[in-house]
Amino acid sequence: MKPRFHVAFSAEPSSPASKACRQRLQGGAMTEALVHWGARVVEKLARLGKCTLFFVESIGCCLSPPLKWDRVLKQIWFIGWKSLPVICLTGAFTGMVLALQGHPTLRRVGSEAFLGPLVALSLIRELGPVLAALMVTGRAGSSITAQIGIMRINDQIDAIELMGLNPMRYLVAPNLIAFVVAMPLLSAVFDVIAIFGGYLLGVRVLGLNAGAYFGEMNNYVVVHDILNGIYKSMCFGALIAWVCCYKGFNSRFGAEGVSVATTQAVVNASVLILVWDYLLTSLI
Amino acid sequence: MICIENLRKAFGGQEVLRDVSLRVNTGEFVALVGMSGSGKSLLLRHVVRLIRPDGGRVLVDGRDIARMPREELEAMRSRIGYVFQSGALFDSLTAFENVAFPLREKTRLGESAIRKKVMEELDQVGLADAEHKFPAQLSGGMLKRVALARTLVRDPEIVLFDEPTTGLDPIVVNSILQLFDSVHKRRNLTGILVSHEIPEIFGIVQNIAMLHEGRIIAVETPESIRCSPHPVVDQFVNGKTEGPIGSQN
Repeated sequence: MKPRFHVAFSAEPSSPASKACRQRLQGGAMTEALVHWGARVVEKLARLGKCTLFFVESIGCCLSPPLKWDRVLKQIWFIGWKSLPVICLTGAFTGMVLALQGHPTLRRVGSEAFLGPLVALSLIRELGPVLAALMVTGRAGSSITAQIGIMRINDQIDAIELMGLNPMRYLVAPNLIAFVVAMPLLSAVFDVIAIFGGYLLGVRVLGLNAGAYFGEMNNYVVVHDILNGIYKSMCFGALIAWVCCYKGFNSRFGAEGVSVATTQAVVNASVLILVWDYLLTSLI
Repeated sequence: MICIENLRKAFGGQEVLRDVSLRVNTGEFVALVGMSGSGKSLLLRHVVRLIRPDGGRVLVDGRDIARMPREELEAMRSRIGYVFQSGALFDSLTAFENVAFPLREKTRLGESAIRKKVMEELDQVGLADAEHKFPAQLSGGMLKRVALARTLVRDPEIVLFDEPTTGLDPIVVNSILQLFDSVHKRRNLTGILVSHEIPEIFGIVQNIAMLHEGRIIAVETPESIRCSPHPVVDQFVNGKTEGPIGSQN
């Protein structure tokens, strides 16, 4: 008796035996693809679970004593105070661009007086928290990922662990608290500078009435808008700390490993900020 | 006492440690030698559970370190000192602050008591005048000495040295090995020293264990290992270019 594959391949292409063989081959390839993609899905889920546990543990470290307050203050200074120049600069130009774009559009419908509310509401509700978070991710988040990554590859994190200390308490918890505290403050500074930038362009350059600019703003911006901005900033702060510390903590060895971790931290945090902004805007 | 029993560890299908068994008695100082990449540092990391084994176990004073709850592990680790190959000093802290770090974080000592103890340790490693220097301002030998001081300041009972003399000149190597010897004798430490410094280490250890192809193939005294009949040990210890290791690589 001939082997089955011989029968299949020696048969005519349109014969029933050939069709059965082709189906079997297709079935095998499909199983292989399923196994491959299944393994990838399981791997991604495992990584997501690890990342979630990292966040849960870092929150646990923030809520349970002892908290390293000296490190928290140092990180607030690093994340908050040292980010001020870039926040002021980007805030000023964002406000000016908003005024420049908003003024001709509002003039077309005869509502130039609403330039103030337009600039203020756009900034306080959306642009302030989002742009400040993106700027801080680039400046402080990347730096923290690189710092933790270098500590990982130079065995410094292992050294902390071998002293009987929890590295999460030393490296992650202070950053998490510092980001959550610093982000709303930076976002507020961004908003104020941007509103002033809009004022400079709208009132001083385009000739809008200063009273109308600030007066209408006062009528349209309510406390709820400001609170929305604060909640968003705090969420973005926690998100940046989580992603950047996680990437640094799990960076692979060598300079390339740290470089990849830093890039991934900035890209992932930036994308997550925009996604999370959409979700928060839908919810609150 | 450290007792490693049938330890196995593989990465991505490649078995690095196949069946490692080694016993280090209390007060004994053992050198662990072997080819680069043979898994010596990996073995050392299992002893402090920086890595968990795939099989086998590591017993420290009769307790399986892989199965210890977190609190017990932390207590056990506080009895073990580990000197990393890189030193693993914190870049942002001075030599003094690096040595003081475990005391400030793990003890209730006052600042004056910490200062006294840290300066004693720095003095013992000959670096009392380098207390204000940052790791970037220290030479390779000085880094290793500060790392040793940071390890010893916690008064450990067991010390693990992971290639502490790699990349140093022969004079510094000898001075650091003499320092290890004097510390071991003075404090009656149990220790494992991973090193390639043959024959310099022969004078300071009681036994030498050789790790080859994932197994401990010999545990002998420095005197007997020089004339070991095992062809791999003979080639490695005597630095011969011809032999089973050369033909395999």
